[in-house]
Amino acid sequence: MSNDRFEPTIVGFLCNWCAYAGADLAGVSRLQYPPNLRTIRTLCSATVRPDMILKAFQRGADGVFVGG
Amino acid sequence: MEDTAKSDVRIGVFICDCGSNIAGYLSMKDLVEYAKTLPNVVFVQENLYTCSEGGINGIKAAIPAHGLTRVVVASCTPRTHEPLFQNACEEAGLNPYLFEMANIRDQCSWVHQQVKEKATERAKGQIAMAVAKAARLRELSRIQLGIFYRAVVIGGGVSGMAAAMALGNMGYEVHLVEKEERLGGLLNHLNMVLPAKEPPSRLLDDLRTRLENNPKVTVHTRAQVKKSEGYVGNYQVTINENGNETVVKAGVIIVATGAKVLKPEGLMGYDGEKVITQLELESLLKQGTPSLKNVVMIQCVGSRCAERTYCSRICCMTSVKNAILIREADPSASVTILYRDMQMYGVENEDMFRRSKELGVRYVTYDPERPPEAGDGLVRVYHARMGKEIALPADLVVLATPLVAQDEAQQISTMLKVPLNENGFFLEGHVKLKPLDFATDGVYLCGSARFPSSIREAVSQGLGAASRAAIVLSKEALFTSGIVADINPNTCCGCLGCLEVCPYGAINFFQDRGICQVNKVLCKGCGGCAATCSSGSARLDGFSNDQIYAQIEQALAG
Repeated sequence: MSNDRFEPTIVGFLCNWCAYAGADLAGVSRLQYPPNLRTIRTLCSATVRPDMILKAFQRGADGVFVGG
Repeated sequence: MEDTAKSDVRIGVFICDCGSNIAGYLSMKDLVEYAKTLPNVVFVQENLYTCSEGGINGIKAAIPAHGLTRVVVASCTPRTHEPLFQNACEEAGLNPYLFEMANIRDQCSWVHQQVKEKATERAKGQIAMAVAKAARLRELSRIQLGIFYRAVVIGGGVSGMAAAMALGNMGYEVHLVEKEERLGGLLNHLNMVLPAKEPPSRLLDDLRTRLENNPKVTVHTRAQVKKSEGYVGNYQVTINENGNETVVKAGVIIVATGAKVLKPEGLMGYDGEKVITQLELESLLKQGTPSLKNVVMIQCVGSRCAERTYCSRICCMTSVKNAILIREADPSASVTILYRDMQMYGVENEDMFRRSKELGVRYVTYDPERPPEAGDGLVRVYHARMGKEIALPADLVVLATPLVAQDEAQQISTMLKVPLNENGFFLEGHVKLKPLDFATDGVYLCGSARFPSSIREAVSQGLGAASRAAIVLSKEALFTSGIVADINPNTCCGCLGCLEVCPYGAINFFQDRGICQVNKVLCKGCGGCAATCSSGSARLDGFSNDQIYAQIEQALAG
């Protein structure tokens, strides 16, 4: 991979009961995806305050994923 | 960065190889060295399998040896392994909520198998995030709840009877609530069960006698459950029996309300006399075999169609059974079954299918696009193999109609806050992992209330639901999760924002003090209140704002 290629950092808020389980299932199924994601487990997507998303962008996230 | 991590926090990080599941795809050496550099980390250990006895003992030994006040395990997923590691912490005297996991297997090594370097970077990030969160964890406690050692079973069909009997035999008090005058449900109307070849009354009488003789079981007939309040271990169920209301305090509730047979009004010339349902045929056969020359049975009437897309699963065996009984009673009677697909699952049903063919029952497929038509003592059907329409003489046409949801399913669903599927049947928590549980704790389901079931399936599901319920009843006490919301009474302004979003009705407003408060027993820890609270008074313990902000910072620190 060349160094000048754009490598985004994506913060993912994943609901424990669905999206986080789905991300686990992707692992169990050995589905391959780019390692640009950092996941934060929440007990519900409702835990995610709008300012958490803004905070992630403010700190330099290229994308925010809320899965719930 | 607002830093609420205490300086005296001592974190131990345990990094798991998971055999080669993690170590085969990530650079473990890098992870260990990296973890040592993280703030507050005083101890790092790599394990071949952290969940093995050796790994667990390693955690338990390291806590006192290194004075750890927080434990982080970087391994698989908290969804499966968090309780195990939390127990290890608890056994070593550390509050189990001072534990955090970094998912570097399911969400890292397994999904980035081709990019070791980048995957290791991600794992480092996830470990740093977990460490940052761990530094901000607080001790939490679980609330102990009492249990009413009593079960309510709604529905006195064979499934509910089996469940009530099993719980009664285990020594638990059971209230069995049946809406009809007598127990037995649909089985009361059946003529004979095959392959046992005995009237269902034998099974029912036996079950009834055993239930009536069991001092632990109270049977309520002509009764309905009117109201239910509370939560697992502590339900208050209002039963209306013949107009008299009683409140039963129960720890668990089993839904066994069964299903009813679809009356095919307006379908295939149904008239209840010459064109009847399989259930009506059972009543006819019960009164003695009527003299029949030509019987035509039609499968999938009102099922597997646009209105009801599902297969009712039991109608094929019912038709084959009745065809056998008719042919055995009078070998000169002709029986033809018009079908789309025969579903005779299981060895015994296949044997029954074979036996019916040996007895001369005829099978003709039909195309749902060109369904059979009954009238004037004939059934006309397009015979695909012959490529033409044939007319079968029929002095009786029997329609195999599906089981459909009970009328009261909706009321029970609303009352117990448990879901129904698109066909009105009760929806289990998970089709494979929790087939007899609802997502709501302490409420279970079995039999045809869940989906059309044979007698054997209904009984085994009844026994299974009783076993699931007994897990609650056999406990000395129940504990709520420590991960619940809390509202700071000093800063709450009583805006009711949290109360409006709480899906569990777990928030109460105290008018006199003008504040909201969380009922920690009802709270499921979704954090909706914390996200909504504009004054920051509502907090979800274990997933609080400062902890999540710390994770965000670390996710983007690299």
